[in-house]
Amino acid sequence: MFKKVLIANRGEIAVRVIRACREMGIASVAIFSDIDRGALHVTQADEAYLVGPAAARESYLNIAKILEVARRCRAEAIHPGYGFLSENAAFARACAEAGVKFIGPPPSAMELMGSKTRARTAMQEAGVPMVPGSAKGLSLAEAEEMAVKVGFPVMIKAAAGGGGKGMRLVKTPAEMKSGFETAQSEALRSFNDGEIYVEKYIEDPRHIEIQVLGDEHGNVIYLGERECSVQRRHQKVIEEAPSPIVDEDMRQRMGAVAVQAAKSAGYTNAGTIEFLVDAKHNFYFLEMNTRLQVEHPVTELVTGLDLVHLQMRIACGEKLPFRQEDVTFRGHAIECRIYAEDPDNNFFPSPGKITSLLRPSGPGVREDSGVYQDWKVPLDYDPMLSKLIIHAADRPSAIARMRRALDEYFVGGIKTNLSLFRRILEHPDFVAGRIDTGFLDRLLTAHAAAPDPANGLAEIAAVCAALFAATAQSTNGINDVSKSGSGRSPGVSAWKRVARTEGVRDE
Amino acid sequence: MMYEVTIAEQLYRVELTRTAEQWKCRLDGRELPLDVVFLQNGALSLLLEGKSYEAKQETVGTETNVVIGHERFGASVRDPRSFRSRLRAGANEQGVKKVTAPMPGKVVRIVAKVGDQVEAGQSVVVIEAMKMQNELKAPKNGVVKKINVAEGAAVEAGQSLAEVE
Repeated sequence: MFKKVLIANRGEIAVRVIRACREMGIASVAIFSDIDRGALHVTQADEAYLVGPAAARESYLNIAKILEVARRCRAEAIHPGYGFLSENAAFARACAEAGVKFIGPPPSAMELMGSKTRARTAMQEAGVPMVPGSAKGLSLAEAEEMAVKVGFPVMIKAAAGGGGKGMRLVKTPAEMKSGFETAQSEALRSFNDGEIYVEKYIEDPRHIEIQVLGDEHGNVIYLGERECSVQRRHQKVIEEAPSPIVDEDMRQRMGAVAVQAAKSAGYTNAGTIEFLVDAKHNFYFLEMNTRLQVEHPVTELVTGLDLVHLQMRIACGEKLPFRQEDVTFRGHAIECRIYAEDPDNNFFPSPGKITSLLRPSGPGVREDSGVYQDWKVPLDYDPMLSKLIIHAADRPSAIARMRRALDEYFVGGIKTNLSLFRRILEHPDFVAGRIDTGFLDRLLTAHAAAPDPANGLAEIAAVCAALFAATAQSTNGINDVSKSGSGRSPGVSAWKRVARTEGVRDE
Repeated sequence: MMYEVTIAEQLYRVELTRTAEQWKCRLDGRELPLDVVFLQNGALSLLLEGKSYEAKQETVGTETNVVIGHERFGASVRDPRSFRSRLRAGANEQGVKKVTAPMPGKVVRIVAKVGDQVEAGQSVVVIEAMKMQNELKAPKNGVVKKINVAEGAAVEAGQSLAEVE
């Protein structure tokens, strides 16, 4: 086993990997930017080195600097976490050249899966089911022909597209020409590439993914599915395992396809094949994520396996310690991603100091967090603070347990999306497992139209608000002095201060 | 001490008196036998006729919420004797209105110039935090009187970025 591993990441995933290192007797090395000196991953690691200023491209994305640190501290391997450099094939190559093991798949597999059209072609050749459509660029006439063949509605997509740009939904043949031309001109403007292809549009699909694990001796297995349909702007919010709609037969079929896809790409280590699933439970390849996923803990809880431990062992050249038939699933797991953003105000990000942090615990609760009380959440990175993961015997008890844990969870000083989860977990469609990728948008629209009614607790809240105000006053001297503080010199009376900050305007 | 608390447009008059060990409380003139203990992390435990409530205060920028269990109440508290409260109550749509930063961030773009005529809801400044850009909009129709920040500047929550009159 490795003696020392560098973790090229920050936040909860860096802490997660550090924990695995400690459990395995591996020395852990953190890297950090200027602003992250006090971050949890720095304090938890055995060693920590500064790699640059707050801006990620100069620190957490600075390949040369990270490899220099790895060399200096003699780390044998680098775990990239997710995000940052985790799917960067150039980084994986640079690691190999520097004689450091990259804990992940070979760069060739990363490159193949990183290109939409190449991945599509390769997966089609491997017999993986794809959304019906074309794998290559089309002219308008060819696109019209393809649309008729796969049936309307269709999605017109730019081959170089991303982030929703260069995409048009076309519902009838009459809209085809204008849809094609808009998508093409948008693609030309945004990506300088007008290549367009056509896919059948899957209405209200589910997003279900299969975890795979491959060793460097040709063995690939799957570890069941995760249902990730609760999303906002293609960002997952809640994940669970198993999926409410996947039975053993469907799991085996999806698993076999995922293993086939991974094998054909020469894939090793942990990876995820994402599928779109239509109303008739047909599944189609969407993409492969060539890294450990944010939501890996739900798989860990239902399989009893530790994916990060397994990643380390695979990267060391060990064979998978079990076979497909040894993998069993127990109970139900749900994960909520806690973000520093305000669900009542258009999901505005909310960095800043965490003034209060109360964490859930008790039976079946796991929290993978990257923060602590009194830490200032920097504005430079992703707003995910923590992941709350629940395990229980079945789906209804997991939902009940998650609600209970959320009631125990409190973050003060910054806004979080905690209140959103309550709404989701009480929604009859979620409870019934009737979810698709449009579920959360529909819930948010309905909620904006009819917010929660006031209830009997309001009186108690009013008393508490007064108590908080009364005690704030006794500790601060004066209630709520304006932060601008221009007149805050000692000796100036509170009355004058108030007059200056509020009463007098300086026109 | 009397507090006027507004929650969901409903006004509550809460009168608090601190005795040696406890608080005496009248809610809209009605005596409430409170048992209050302040906990760590700024939370408070309230026992009222045997029922136990744990309340937390969520203060973000200029907003204050009281959280009890999973319920969240936006509360504004006014001490009617305070000069400042009276001033604030008299404030209205007239005069200068500020564009304030709802959260810390970096100014990535200044859309309006001093002297520009803007309409309520029109973008004035764009700030970025956590990989997301947010347009901050004019609070009223008027003329941009002042821009207080430069592109690239780091700003704090509640900071005044511009003024519209």
